[in-house]
Amino acid sequence: MKKLLMTAAAAALALAATAMNASAADKLKVGFIYLGPVGDLGWTYMHEVARQALVKELGDKIETTYLENVNEGPDSERSIVQLARTGHQLIFTTSFGYMDPTVKVAKQFPKINFEHATGYKRATNLGTYSGRFYEGRYIQGVIAAKMSKTGTIGYIGSFPIPEVISGINATMLGAQSVNPNIKVKIIWVNTWFDPGKEADAAKALADQGADVLMQHTDSPAAMQVAQQRGIYAFGQDSDMIKFGPKSQLTAIVNNWGPYYIKQTKAALAGTWKSEDTWDGLKEKMVVMAPYTNMPDDVKKLAEKTEADIVAGTLVPFKCPVLGQDGKPVECKGGTHLDAGQILGMNFYVKGVDDKMPGK
Amino acid sequence: MLIVEAIILSVIAASTPLLLAAAGELVVERSGVLNLGVEGMMIMGAACGFAGAFLSGSTFVGALTGIAAGMALSFVFAVLTLGLAVNQVAAGLALTILGIGLSGLIGASFVGQKIVPAPHLYIPGLSDIPVAGKILFAQDGFVYFSVLLVVGIWWFLYRTRGGLILRAVGDSHTSAHALGYPVLKIRLMAVLFGGGCAGLAGAFLPLAYTPFFIPGMTAGRGWIALALVVFSSWLPGRLVAGAYLFGAVSILQLHAQALGLGIPSQLMTSLPYLATVIVLVIISRARGSAGSVAPASLGVVFVPDR
Repeated sequence: MKKLLMTAAAAALALAATAMNASAADKLKVGFIYLGPVGDLGWTYMHEVARQALVKELGDKIETTYLENVNEGPDSERSIVQLARTGHQLIFTTSFGYMDPTVKVAKQFPKINFEHATGYKRATNLGTYSGRFYEGRYIQGVIAAKMSKTGTIGYIGSFPIPEVISGINATMLGAQSVNPNIKVKIIWVNTWFDPGKEADAAKALADQGADVLMQHTDSPAAMQVAQQRGIYAFGQDSDMIKFGPKSQLTAIVNNWGPYYIKQTKAALAGTWKSEDTWDGLKEKMVVMAPYTNMPDDVKKLAEKTEADIVAGTLVPFKCPVLGQDGKPVECKGGTHLDAGQILGMNFYVKGVDDKMPGK
Repeated sequence: MLIVEAIILSVIAASTPLLLAAAGELVVERSGVLNLGVEGMMIMGAACGFAGAFLSGSTFVGALTGIAAGMALSFVFAVLTLGLAVNQVAAGLALTILGIGLSGLIGASFVGQKIVPAPHLYIPGLSDIPVAGKILFAQDGFVYFSVLLVVGIWWFLYRTRGGLILRAVGDSHTSAHALGYPVLKIRLMAVLFGGGCAGLAGAFLPLAYTPFFIPGMTAGRGWIALALVVFSSWLPGRLVAGAYLFGAVSILQLHAQALGLGIPSQLMTSLPYLATVIVLVIISRARGSAGSVAPASLGVVFVPDR
């Protein structure tokens, strides 16, 4: 009896699956791999917001699937393969740690197009995209230096990867443009998402005298600590003003929607090709949340800094960029560091009083 | 605020959820049941606890709903492992996966909402004593309860007949059964108690630690609680020491980093785990040939009529 039931169930499942396939056959299937839960209010949440924008725009022509809470590294390979095997023609893998697995799966499925966020390895069917978040960090550095009374910025880092390092450096360069003696205290929590640990790190930084908090982790825990302690903080990935109505100075908001719509349209038209997209404030892939909780002069300075970056008259990594030892680093981009140097950044600029993990 | 005082306050907050969840699991394992679903029960406690507190406006109601959610999930585990004699390891792991998924579903509409964090005790005079006042007389209810809970468990296990029977069931369920004790009923009570503790530990996170709910916010604390039970070699006193050691190392490493001492953060993060391994080795060496300190029937399925 048991066996019979199982067979019947399997048959029903198979039927359901074919039925679904038939209805979906003429729609383009777009898949997403997410690092955290869609409700993290940070990195993954913003990719989910963009996916919803995509569905709103092209909902009648496409069908989307997402897998959330997918661990980085070799584990993610199975999830990507799963999407590839179930008929997805365009797959976005939305975290740096999915890089090598995506490369591997892209090789196995040459007819499927892949897009990997924040990585640097490409193939004919694998493109990359990322935001110039460091532009936003530079503005935050300027604001932080203006707002800090103790002259100490607290910085919560996730992992010492180039994107996080370049964020720290851009912050420092922005801050130094206002106050050359500004200090930054860095705590690495070695996780992207652990609200409790992020809050503990924020408390530790505040206890040690930091009065402006920056974070490169995904939850609003640090913002909430800032609100409780009566100090300032910046939102990360999304506008976190709800968690720090008196604390948030601004936030770097990741705006992936337009890019997802553009690439999906290209896939629908058959014109998709592997590209290396790296857009910032100018292209609005990186957007600043309203400047709040600051005096007018600071707000004006922040707005001017943003306008200058958009106009290209201000370049955060303008040469000479001094390394921690005070010596200028090689300037491969002529007047500024080139893309490779920023995307692969593995040194601190002068004034960062921290030893790089693993160095 | 003195830095030492700030550190101790953070340590207490970080240790409390670990202690609550581990204390419950200790009782469960002492009855001979291995429930690996602590993480799942915790996150359910977090989601339902937040929902309860948000809808009622009361931390106390939130804590109760958290306990209820943990118990409900542990009841599922009890039905599977005690009623249907399913493998405990598999059922526990399934419970964790179920809890993470279900809590995400329940909590989805509460993401981004705010509540007032759990109130802290304030006794005029006592709470104002420098350093000690803040640490001893100005905590939230969860902290005091966690200490009372462990004392209560110790008293129950070693000073009452009920505790003696529970330990007997955990060490040899066939003997206990032969003596006429209702093995499965006792284990059911223990599993429900453990579920309630895990639910309360989970509820602590959104109600007191970081007053908002986000899916997956337990971030592996349930697994640490499980490790702590082994670390304590199933003794309540050592459990408190273990939980606070864990909390202390995880907070101190953050402060060490902020001071810029230059110790690799990856090494610091692994210290609590390293300490667990070392203590386990020392304990097993000290016991020599006496064998394992674990309850003898731990994880073994019991079918009464066998």
